[in-house]
Formats: sequence, structure tokens, C-alpha cells
Amino acid sequence: MELILDGLQESIRLILQWDPVVVDAAFRSLWISLFAVAVAAVIGLPLGTLLARVSFPGHGLLVLAFRGGMAFPTVFIGIVCYALLARRGPLGPLDLLYTPWAIIFGEFLLALPLIVSLTFGAVKSLDPRVGETAWTLGAGPIRRWRTYISEARVGVALAILTAFSRCVTELGIAMMVGGNIKDRTRTLATATALETGKGEFGRGLAMGALLLLIAMIVSLAVYFLNREDRGE
Amino acid sequence: MRRLDTPTALIWGLISLLVAGCSGDERSASNSPREVLRLAVTTSFRDSGLIDELAPMFEAKHDVRIDVIAVGTGAALKLGMEGEVDAVLVHAREAEDEFMAAGHGVRRESVMHNMFFVLGPKSDPAKIRGMAPAAALKKIAVEQWRFVSRGDDSGTHKRESRLWQATGGRTPWDEYLETGQGMGATLTMADQMNAYVLCDSGTYFKFKKKIQLESLIDSAAGLRNLYGVVVVNPKKHEKINTKAANHFADFLISHEAADRIRNYKIDGQQLFFPDSTSVQN
Repeated sequence: MELILDGLQESIRLILQWDPVVVDAAFRSLWISLFAVAVAAVIGLPLGTLLARVSFPGHGLLVLAFRGGMAFPTVFIGIVCYALLARRGPLGPLDLLYTPWAIIFGEFLLALPLIVSLTFGAVKSLDPRVGETAWTLGAGPIRRWRTYISEARVGVALAILTAFSRCVTELGIAMMVGGNIKDRTRTLATATALETGKGEFGRGLAMGALLLLIAMIVSLAVYFLNREDRGE
Repeated sequence: MRRLDTPTALIWGLISLLVAGCSGDERSASNSPREVLRLAVTTSFRDSGLIDELAPMFEAKHDVRIDVIAVGTGAALKLGMEGEVDAVLVHAREAEDEFMAAGHGVRRESVMHNMFFVLGPKSDPAKIRGMAPAAALKKIAVEQWRFVSRGDDSGTHKRESRLWQATGGRTPWDEYLETGQGMGATLTMADQMNAYVLCDSGTYFKFKKKIQLESLIDSAAGLRNLYGVVVVNPKKHEKINTKAANHFADFLISHEAADRIRNYKIDGQQLFFPDSTSVQN
């Protein structure tokens, strides 16, 4: 019990004092995950909509592959990325291993199947007449895509937020391809693991609490989005 | 014209935050043209905090940034073998010698040492206090007391294996537990389970106030923990920065570094003892 109380006290102190190590890790976690999710969204939203609206050979298999991809364990993605990005790996010449970009690469792979599958589900559940109506009103393909996304906006927003909270809290990828380098690739998750390993439970708890705070804000956003949608 | 829909707003929000994030990162020297030395160290050494004292000294002197990657000794040597890092700082003399003999490294220097301790519950149920380490382990195994092992191919784990070899091999028993985790995590677990454990002095001093376990064997000759730096063979990969690695090895065995190593203390306890021939203490 003493451990928890001491840890809580320490964590509140660190956050209130705006401790540079903690804040630094928090901002790094945020921008890395935001970047990964943004890129995944730019590719995943059109792809998910396309899969929901257009049929082609191999379509079912592709949908299934993205569904399966939602369950990828982060340690698995981590080790695959390591093999790809290592100096002797196929992407070695890019020199990305142990940089924030390596983590972004891995988290992109984590986020993409989530965004594609959830967008697919959201657009698929729309009334098919939405597209037809837009089409008869003279909407081109881009315009029609925007109509789908707009109609399925809550589902799409959920997809993006879910991907973000998965990315910002993941540990396996950041540890393996980021290397937990101080001031460079240390994220909230790796820092939490590190401080706990060092016996600095207060610091660990502080970082864990920040991580929790971010995840809770995202969950709240999801909750209010859902409520707004039902209220309409 | 019309209300911005939620996903569009969300995406714009993401992008703007992103731009802010990137520019912030550039300021924090992520893309600076400074030379980089990639150094693999063991987790117990990183956790001791000494590298955070030594790295800035070296960085200021040579205008090189050190990227420290902390893993187990086995993994650190593997990173060197595969040319992922420029230098390796570990504590497993035999493995280092094999590494050199196999041509993976071009230079090895003894840097310093600390000690291994055998820790256990205050009550010491196996009655091993003050015994020779191998005999003590043997007794723990024969009487089947709980023992927690790193089990992660780290320098500490390698040393433990050597001690078991000295007893004539370890016969497995139910209370012999492998954590597969770093020293700090393993020590915390051993403490919670009231078990015996082999631990380096640096980690022990750091945890002393937080744990109930006591140091039962702490001065045996067979428990010296030697740290060495290895410069990775540049033939391993074209991107290996041998110049910086050599400078770093020079620095670690310099008087300047030795003084800092000698004066690095936690709760008044000296953690490491410089070993390089030029600066014997």
C-alpha cells in the first residue's frame, strides 16, 4: 500500500512540476502515434471505403487479411519491422532502425488494418441508397467518397481513435525498433517499463498515469461521438 | 457552406498536430548532422546510471552523440556481431573473448569491475551466509530453496551458469524460477517471493532501501564482475563508425573517465572500480 501511495504522490509531483523527462516522453509518444495514425488514415479511409463499395477478384481475401491484421500482436509487428529495418535487412539502407521513424513505420502497420477494417464495416452498414442518391445528383467519385465518409463519420472517427489509442499505448514495437534511446526514441510506454525495471516506481507510475490520461481522453471522445450520433 | 464533418475535422486536427510535432522534434536535434556512436550496453549498467555521467563527458569532448541501446549481454554481443552497433560495453569476459576470437571485434579494453552478491531472506533458511558462492548454490539446490534466475543470457545469468558448472551442474527443482527480465525486475520479484538471487552490486545498492533481502555473500573472489568495451569490426557493416568507437574506448580507459567512475556513488557507496592498466587504483 505504501508503494502505491508513494508512487501516486511522486507521479502527481512529477506531472505538476512538468518534469522534462516525463513531458518529453509524453510529447514524443503523441507525435509518433499521431503521425502513424495520420498516414494510416490517409491510406486506410479510401481503401476501407473502396473495399466496402467495389467488388473485384480477391476482394474477400483482402477483407479477411485486414480483419486478421487487426489482431496482430505488437511484439510480432516489432520483430518483423526489426528484420526489415536492420542494417542487413531489405530496408536497411534507409537507416531507420532506432529512430522515431522506425516506430512510426511499425505503428502504421498496427493502425492500418484497424482503420481499413473499421471503415469498411462503417461504410458497409450504410444504406446503399446513399451512394446511388449522390450519384443521381451528379456527384463524381471523389464527391461520392466524401459522402460515404461523411455519412459514416462516427464509425470512421471511432476507427481513427481506436487506432490512435492502440498506437500510443503499445510497447512491443517502440521497444524493439525504437530501442528506448534516451531523448530520442523513449516513449511513455517504454519509459514506464524502464522506470519500473529500475525500481523507480513513482516515475513509472507517473508515466503510466499520463498514458492512462491520454487513453481516457480518447475514450471520452469516443463516448461523446457516439452520444452525439444517437442524439441526431 | 456546410458544417465540417467529424472525420474531416479529425484528420485536419491530426495533420496540424503532426506538423507541430515534427517541427518540435527537429529542434530537439533529431536530424542534426552530428556524428553518432551507437553503443550497446547491458541493462544493469544502464540502470546503474553511470552511463548518463560518462556519455555527456564524451559527447562534449568529441562532438559525437551516443545512442545507448540497453539489452542483455547476449543480445548486445549479437547486435555487434550483426553490425547494428559500433561498440559494445558488457560484462561477460568469456563471451567477449569468444567474440574477439571469432573476429567480430577489433579491440577490447578492460574498463572496470563491480561485484556480484548472493542475496537472500534475512532469516537465511539455507544457512549460506559467508559461504563460498558455488558451495552456497549447491546447498540451495540440494535443499531445494527458492532461487530466482535472470534466465535471459545476460552477463549476470552467464555468471550464474558458470557457478552452477562449478558445482557440477544444476539439477532442476520446482523452486528454481527464471524471470527472463532485467536485474531490477528480477530483484523485485525475488524480494516479493523471499527467494535467493544473484545480483550485481550496482543494482543491489540502488534497491537496498526498497527490498527486504540481504546480501549474504559479498566478498568472494569468484564474484568479481568485469566490464569491458569492444570495438566492432568495421568489416561487419559499412556504416560502422570505428573512429568514434575507438575514441570512446580511449575515453573509457582514460584517467578522466576513471576518476568519474571511481567517484560515482549511490547512497555513499562506490559502485564501480576502474580496471584499465594505465589507471590501476
